[in-house]
Amino acid sequence: MASGALMKTPLHDRHVAAGARMADFAGFDMPISYDGILAEHRRVREAAGLFDVSHMGEAEVRGAAAHAFLDFLLTNDVSAVPPHHAQYTLMLNRQGGVIDDLILYRLQDRYLLVVNAANVAKDFEWIGSHLAKDVDFRNVSERTALLAWQGPKAAAILDPLVEADLSAVPSFGIVETRLEGIAVILARTGYTGEDGFEIFVDPARAAQVWDRLLAAGAPHGAGPAGLGARDTLRLEKQYRLYGQDMDETVSALEAGLGWTVKLDKGDFLGRDALLAQRDGGIPRATIGLLVTEPGRHIPRAGCVVMADGREVGEVTSGTFSPSREEGIALARVPKEFAAKGDLTIRIRNRDVAVKRVKKSFV
Amino acid sequence: MNIPQELRYTKEHEWVLADDGVLVVGVTDFAQAELGDIVYVELPSIGTRLAAGETFGNVESVKSVSDLYCPVAGVVADINTRLGDSPELVNSDPYGEGWMVRLEPENPADLEGLLGPEEYSDYIGAEAE
Repeated sequence: MASGALMKTPLHDRHVAAGARMADFAGFDMPISYDGILAEHRRVREAAGLFDVSHMGEAEVRGAAAHAFLDFLLTNDVSAVPPHHAQYTLMLNRQGGVIDDLILYRLQDRYLLVVNAANVAKDFEWIGSHLAKDVDFRNVSERTALLAWQGPKAAAILDPLVEADLSAVPSFGIVETRLEGIAVILARTGYTGEDGFEIFVDPARAAQVWDRLLAAGAPHGAGPAGLGARDTLRLEKQYRLYGQDMDETVSALEAGLGWTVKLDKGDFLGRDALLAQRDGGIPRATIGLLVTEPGRHIPRAGCVVMADGREVGEVTSGTFSPSREEGIALARVPKEFAAKGDLTIRIRNRDVAVKRVKKSFV
Repeated sequence: MNIPQELRYTKEHEWVLADDGVLVVGVTDFAQAELGDIVYVELPSIGTRLAAGETFGNVESVKSVSDLYCPVAGVVADINTRLGDSPELVNSDPYGEGWMVRLEPENPADLEGLLGPEEYSDYIGAEAE
């Protein structure tokens, strides 16, 4: 796609000025890396990194029936989310396949949904087709800029810049405050496995927030981080990526996201299919695999998983783990192979030994 | 983009330096920048006979893997073993410490068939558009 056809976030000028490598991501011209994926990855694990994730979609849900509607639309239990808290959740089709994974943010007077950039159109069409009475649903993507400020030093660097006391904000907590006079919503959420905040701000003020955070963070070793590091960071924690590790043909249970599904909360879209799968057997599993063979063998999405000399599954995400300096992958295999001890991954015509790692590689 | 005048180039983004009858081969500054952080370089054994255009190894970055193509026919006389522990040398010094193989060419005149620095510069300029 010619670059002229791509959409730009409010921070696009900043990325170009910083000399970032840019690429098309979900129709946006996005920064893949600034000074190298490895450096940016370490920055987030050791200090703090600032990501522009303004390409993601945001929608507001309000109204007397908003709670009941969201409980029908989403898999997790909306009642478990107090005001000013967030929750990771899924939106399923009637077959139990994943339409999207998203975070639900409950503010004082409304809910905010943050969805994957590539899914905005289909998500909002799906939501629109199920809208109930007394629910006001609004796409606010174009008037929302979103930054992710992630890393062990993120809170300490951010705290002096904002009016709120961040030590009072728990993990998945939300605070509406001002950052040097600019109205922001801070949520203690992210996609890196580190402590940190996602920052919602008016697009017209996003560059100011960006500049201020980078200036405050530079003496602490913080700096910008691109989508390349975002991918290695999330994969080290085995966080699923929509479109690779799951899609509409993969059930929430097959994706290993059963912990976000509350089958006993009452009816919701996809529940019947998941109940049938729970009782009749879940056909496939999503597992983490670490390369154990010496030499830097790096699994990539699409590599075949082998067992007993035959192809049984496929790598859905694979990369070089900067923290471990080893190859890591998420793979989808038939359930009966998930616990098998001698799986291999075929990497360029060679079967490379791997072992299963549960939950997180780091 | 650094494109030294004294080198010859291929459309697969390798550079070739004629050094006293032996050809030193590596990947260009453009290639290393496109690949990003390089974490693994696989090279052939010394003595391997390669045809022009044959793959002789690969370069793996965090995000992707790329084959290496032999610029002219020849026999591998030496490889840069430092890349085993320090693949990042390809990023930091692609035309120096990041060299990959030394090749004894079958026919030294084959070098003339490769791109000159201006031609290579035009080629990547066109590819970038």
